[in-house]
Amino acid sequence: MKEVAIVGIGAVRWGKYPDSTNLQLAREAIVQALRDANLTWKDIEFVVAGQDAYSGYPGISAGAAIEEEMGFTGIPATTVQNGCATGSYTLDIGRAYILAGLYDIVLCVAAARSPGGFFPTVEAGADPSNLDFWRYRILGKTNPSMFAYQAVRRMHNYGTTETDMAQVKVKNSKHGSLNPLARYQKRFALEEVMNSAMVSYPLRLFTVCATSDGAAAVILCSMKTAKKLATKPVVLASVYSPQPKYPSLDVGLSFFSTNSTVSTPPSTPGVERPHEYEVCHGALERAGVRPEELDFAEVYDISTPMEFDWMEDIGICKPGEGEKLMWEGATTIGGRIPINPSGGVSSFGEAYPAQALVQVHELVTQVRGAAGPRQVEGAKVGIAANKGLGQYISAIVVKK
Amino acid sequence: MTKKQAASKQVTAIEGWFTWPPSEEPHLIGSRCKSCGDYFFPKVVACRNPNCMSKDVEEVLLSRRGKLYTYTINYYQPPPPYIPPDPFVPYADVVVELEKEKMKVQAQASSSCDLNSLKVGMEMELVLEPLYKDSEGNEVIAWKFKPV
Repeated sequence: MKEVAIVGIGAVRWGKYPDSTNLQLAREAIVQALRDANLTWKDIEFVVAGQDAYSGYPGISAGAAIEEEMGFTGIPATTVQNGCATGSYTLDIGRAYILAGLYDIVLCVAAARSPGGFFPTVEAGADPSNLDFWRYRILGKTNPSMFAYQAVRRMHNYGTTETDMAQVKVKNSKHGSLNPLARYQKRFALEEVMNSAMVSYPLRLFTVCATSDGAAAVILCSMKTAKKLATKPVVLASVYSPQPKYPSLDVGLSFFSTNSTVSTPPSTPGVERPHEYEVCHGALERAGVRPEELDFAEVYDISTPMEFDWMEDIGICKPGEGEKLMWEGATTIGGRIPINPSGGVSSFGEAYPAQALVQVHELVTQVRGAAGPRQVEGAKVGIAANKGLGQYISAIVVKK
Repeated sequence: MTKKQAASKQVTAIEGWFTWPPSEEPHLIGSRCKSCGDYFFPKVVACRNPNCMSKDVEEVLLSRRGKLYTYTINYYQPPPPYIPPDPFVPYADVVVELEKEKMKVQAQASSSCDLNSLKVGMEMELVLEPLYKDSEGNEVIAWKFKPV
């Protein structure tokens, strides 16, 4: 098994920080993670930083800028940008160096500020190959529009209702009200969600997520070193973030078409979201965990009905049964398989490069048994899943 | 050219993605791989099927009709580089499944269509319509899909 240990976690509360730089947010998360791991900054041997596209140089070249902010220690620092899987890739790269025996203690960190409103395209270049420009110019296609496509498919396939979608927000806001790191800690009532403004039919203001600022840090080390450190390590069992297999059936954010299936059938036939299905199942296989062994899951509820899709992609329930599980209370803390005990993106909002890391922050907090009032009883193993720009989808399994 | 003449001109939103100038029966322009038969939109320089990778791709006109696979209605004005009509009005984005090409393509729904009448599975047809007016007053045209 390709396992490394997570020995330290830190995060700022998600929110809007117009007066803080991304480096100040990163520092706060790093200091917390070091304290949690009982390590000092000088113990870190390698930094893998997620890129923040909206903070200029300190965000674009976050690895170097964070080294400078914390104080140069002469160690390598690199920066990755892989859409919503950016945080996952910081972990994937960090663990690869540890497993290769090149470094023993690695800091994975991302701090992100968001411009507010819809995520705009990063480079407004009208080059014909820059499809992210053309999706706005020709389609006016925002991120919620893509989530709405999937929601309409779900309504068509399984008869999912707007009430089902609103109830996810009600449930997750209940969880988020118990989480000091959540941006929104208010509990929503069903009517309030149902009556909120329509953004991209069938998604409303309170069934999509807010763009947010946030920062999270995770310290990885080898299993051998973890045993020597004065902490209770948890295991990073797998990180899996492949691109889709041809033919891709997802129109994605910045694509104008799917692949054609004239020559080749879909890689997982009969599944609405083959890519998501393959990522979630691949992460579980690599961790040696069966879906029924999961105690909880943190999944990307950037639109609330997507929570049902993920449950099915992971194998928590059969297609079309996610709604029923929710209404029975199985996905609420205290139920059989709590989904988004952190409150999810519904309660956090999205600071996309850091989002996977804050999902892992929750996985670790839960399996440590340190989640206080939102503790999933007996939590030993959990999965996190997310998706975003550039066909990036990732899943991460953490266990005791 | 005087400003008045320029104001009545229609220009394409993007070169080479759909048939231009406007005609009764417009088409999207894609590629077809002559080796494996897969289609692509927009055009590609080589086949993107990793089991094929042939360079022998031909430009083809894609089917004008297909079935509505999914859609959304956008009630909030998107950020630039979207250029809103004045005043902004809600509009739909659609994903249309082309039977022959076995692929799905995206577009806005025609501004003439009743947004509440959109239904998954309904027959849709490609049309060309104004998207916005550019700084010189030209009507910028793009492809859209309209219920048949």
